[in-house]
Amino acid sequence: MATRKNKNADVLVVIPAFNEEKNVGTVLRKLRSLPEPPDVVVVNDGSRDRTSEVAKREGARVIDLPVNLGIGGAVQTGFRYAVRKGYRYAVQLDADGQHDPEELHRILDPVRTGEVDIAIGSRFVADTGYRAPLMRRIGMVILAGFISRIVGCPVRDSTSGFRAYNRQAFTFLAEHYPVDYPEPEAVVLLARNGFRIAEVPVKMHERLNGTSSIDTGRSVYYMIKVLLAVFVESLRTRLRVEEGATA
Amino acid sequence: MNYRIQIFAIIGALVAVGLIFELIRKRKLLEQYSILWFVSAVILIVLAVWRDLLEVIARIMGVYYAPSALFLIALFLGVILFVHFTLVISKLTRQNVRLAQELGLLRAELEELRKSGSSSETGETREENEKSDNRK
Repeated sequence: MATRKNKNADVLVVIPAFNEEKNVGTVLRKLRSLPEPPDVVVVNDGSRDRTSEVAKREGARVIDLPVNLGIGGAVQTGFRYAVRKGYRYAVQLDADGQHDPEELHRILDPVRTGEVDIAIGSRFVADTGYRAPLMRRIGMVILAGFISRIVGCPVRDSTSGFRAYNRQAFTFLAEHYPVDYPEPEAVVLLARNGFRIAEVPVKMHERLNGTSSIDTGRSVYYMIKVLLAVFVESLRTRLRVEEGATA
Repeated sequence: MNYRIQIFAIIGALVAVGLIFELIRKRKLLEQYSILWFVSAVILIVLAVWRDLLEVIARIMGVYYAPSALFLIALFLGVILFVHFTLVISKLTRQNVRLAQELGLLRAELEELRKSGSSSETGETREENEKSDNRK
């Protein structure tokens, strides 16, 4: 890989995108204007709009999935790409503008230093000015308590899709990744398999345009599904035999 | 036990076996998915023909009217078939996701190779240059 002292040349930013033509361009421009821009791959999850064209115009590499796989399948595609291309770190970032590319280093640094295998950008660790709707907040608190207990360390924002992984972690996820609202489940899966996780405070914005994939009606289904999945995951046998320390 | 219900049960099970057999013969049904159907149908035929056995089973199950036991057993077999179906669907879904991902990755790879104009490994940097040229 061509490196001209770019510290982020070994980083791949994976952006799952489903019908995000209005937002993905802004996110990509912000990423490109970073002092040390990382490589970016947009996984277009069978969008019906011009997400793919917009991303390509902004100079991103785009993987067009032939059908809609859902966020889990899309993110996993990015991990598989990162594995094949030999990246050392992978960062997952939403296409809707919620996550600020300028905070990339904040979640990347703890992984780079080898402190943890996965760093999750959390809007709750410190007061970062984010207010979710009330129902959503209640759900998140319940979920956080449940997951923290299983994981064994506080994870307050397990639904956050702003994450940095080292190679061991994303290689593992390239093979095993939950589908259908996968973020909390992935946290448990990783923790259960001996990966070290930490939360890092980040700012989160309201999404730029359009609506979130989780509306109020689906929140209840989301909660039940996630709690069930997390519970079942905690009962499963470990997939990874621990080969000494991972760092 | 009522003879008519026995006759109906036998006919029903025989029709089921015949149908499954015909579907396999026409290659519309894979053999591996037909085994459960055959086993179920054979169990039902045996129980419908061999009344004494059904009576014994019904008594063990605490069912007073033997043909009811037959329905209950048929229901159990049906549930087993449903579980089997969902297992097969889950497997297909997993394979489907994997295939879609591979297809997307291969397509991206192909595009990269085409742009770089050769199969050399330095394609990536050259691709970046080409892109910035196109933009200006």
